Amino acid sequence: MNMLKLSWKYLVAKPLNTGLNILLLALGLAIITVLILIQDQFENKMTKDSQGIDLVVGAKGSPLQLILSSVYHIDFPTGNIDLDDATALTRNRLIKNIIPLGLGDNYQGYRIVGTNYDYLDLYEAGLEAGERWKKPFDVVLGHEVAEKLELKVGDNFIGSHGIGSSSHEHDEHPYTVTGILNPMGNVLDKLVLTSIESVWYTHDEEHDHEKFEAEVAISGFPDPGDEDRELTSLLVQYRNPMAAVQLPRMINSRTNLQAASPSFEISRLFELLGIGIKLVQGLAIVIIVIAGLSIFIALFNSLKERKYDLAVMRALGASSGQLFLHIILEGVILTFLGALVGMIMGHLFLSIIVSLNEQGAISSLSASVFLVEELYILGYAIVVGILASLIPAYNAYQTDIAKQLTKS
Amino acid sequence: MLEAKNLEFYYQEKQKFNIPDINLAPGEQLLIIGKSGSGKTTVLNMLGGLLKPLNGEIHIDGTSLYSLKGAKLDKFRGKNIGIIFQKPHILSPLTVEENLKLANFFSGKPSEKIDGILKELGIYDKKKSKVTTLSEGEAQRVSIARALANSPKVILADEPTASLDDANAATVVKLLKEQAEKFNAALVIVTHDQRVKDHISNQITMGGLV
Repeated sequence: MNMLKLSWKYLVAKPLNTGLNILLLALGLAIITVLILIQDQFENKMTKDSQGIDLVVGAKGSPLQLILSSVYHIDFPTGNIDLDDATALTRNRLIKNIIPLGLGDNYQGYRIVGTNYDYLDLYEAGLEAGERWKKPFDVVLGHEVAEKLELKVGDNFIGSHGIGSSSHEHDEHPYTVTGILNPMGNVLDKLVLTSIESVWYTHDEEHDHEKFEAEVAISGFPDPGDEDRELTSLLVQYRNPMAAVQLPRMINSRTNLQAASPSFEISRLFELLGIGIKLVQGLAIVIIVIAGLSIFIALFNSLKERKYDLAVMRALGASSGQLFLHIILEGVILTFLGALVGMIMGHLFLSIIVSLNEQGAISSLSASVFLVEELYILGYAIVVGILASLIPAYNAYQTDIAKQLTKS
Repeated sequence: MLEAKNLEFYYQEKQKFNIPDINLAPGEQLLIIGKSGSGKTTVLNMLGGLLKPLNGEIHIDGTSLYSLKGAKLDKFRGKNIGIIFQKPHILSPLTVEENLKLANFFSGKPSEKIDGILKELGIYDKKKSKVTTLSEGEAQRVSIARALANSPKVILADEPTASLDDANAATVVKLLKEQAEKFNAALVIVTHDQRVKDHISNQITMGGLV
């Protein structure tokens, strides 16, 4: 027998009360856990995905939308830009490199992205199988795409028009899988990568089969021939810090293009989301406070019934300090279990949310990540337990043994 | 072993209890008889270190009880004094065995004697039972077992037979006497129960007020 076991026995003796208190606290902490997990992973992912991209240039419209569509591949593109405008930009001294992107098609909801090898190199993407695209309609699949759709090197498929799934299919040109990427843990996992040429040729009315056999551009922009060609957006890397000051202003004011900085737009996004997160956080804190109150009331009430028990303990040699500890331990055990259950529930909630969203931004979250912040939750919970049991424990501390025992 | 001298106590100054001096050797037994309100439970509480007398001194095994303060007094009580209350007051979330172990834990004594005590009192088969499954007589025997768990030097019993039928009352008194002799402990029983009178010859009657 020890103090911990004694407190535990008293909690187990009232399973419903104990269960309710644990559950209530767990609910509040589960919400906090989910918030922490989502926030951390989103921020992590967002920084990872925009690594090395200083500026995104695309058609005029919402800068946030441009970033979301071109860097994270979650929103619709703002429109297309002329290849001539893009080419003009490459001559700027402030720019180190430009990676072109051509969006607009998908296969089973996974976006087909026309680009060049620089895009793969930007994320240092290695191939798990096969090789990079060489000709139009060759594609390299992100790891998750290959896994979910069960595609292998050499397989063919037909893309559909549009960013989301369905809408009409381009039945003329099947894509051929030439390679599959390593699991990257970033946005590439969910993309079907190909050359800009593939995207252009899919949308052409007439088919020049000679072009289809030509090698595609692996860097820079492909040759448009005598046609008017378009791109969706450009990922720009600065040559020097000066560019950060001059380039966005120059592009936005002097061209009919739009430039947006990923880091700026994302911090703006978090600011907007922050209100929602704060609201949910507030709700969670209210639940935790109620849980604390509920524990306090439960202990306070049980103390009335337990005055005799406490007096008997004193008669058996327990000091008043031990009784104090006895009650505090009950509060702490309750909140400790509440925190554990809450964390398990939080991870469970997240895994359910993730499994319900197969595609999109949420699906890339993981429920099996454990953060240091979760240990803080445990710490906070125990503080709640101590606070809730402080007054009842003090009452126990002051138990007048003789009075209690003679009163029958 | 147990020595109480010049004890004085009152709840209202005009109604002082008339408290006789007590002096018991190890193994000696004493019955304190009195009507309710005569202060006999108060005396027991004072002897048990639960209630500080206004005046006078109590020595147990050479230690002046109320010279000990706070946790020291609690530990001393746990180690040396076994108290049996009118109602068994078994802690209901715990089993019989755990109740005894708790007494050992609070006094810091080892729990090796528990099985022996339970066997002696005929409740060994209830070792793992909760108090709610026990009969009144069994529960009172558990409370005796708990008082004995720390091999006390003094055993105090407050109306131990009050809620028991004749047969159980006789058993309980017999058990108390036997065990006190076995542990060579001083035994004080406080009661107004006439059934107990014949069992212990050394008697004090507390009557009324000064």
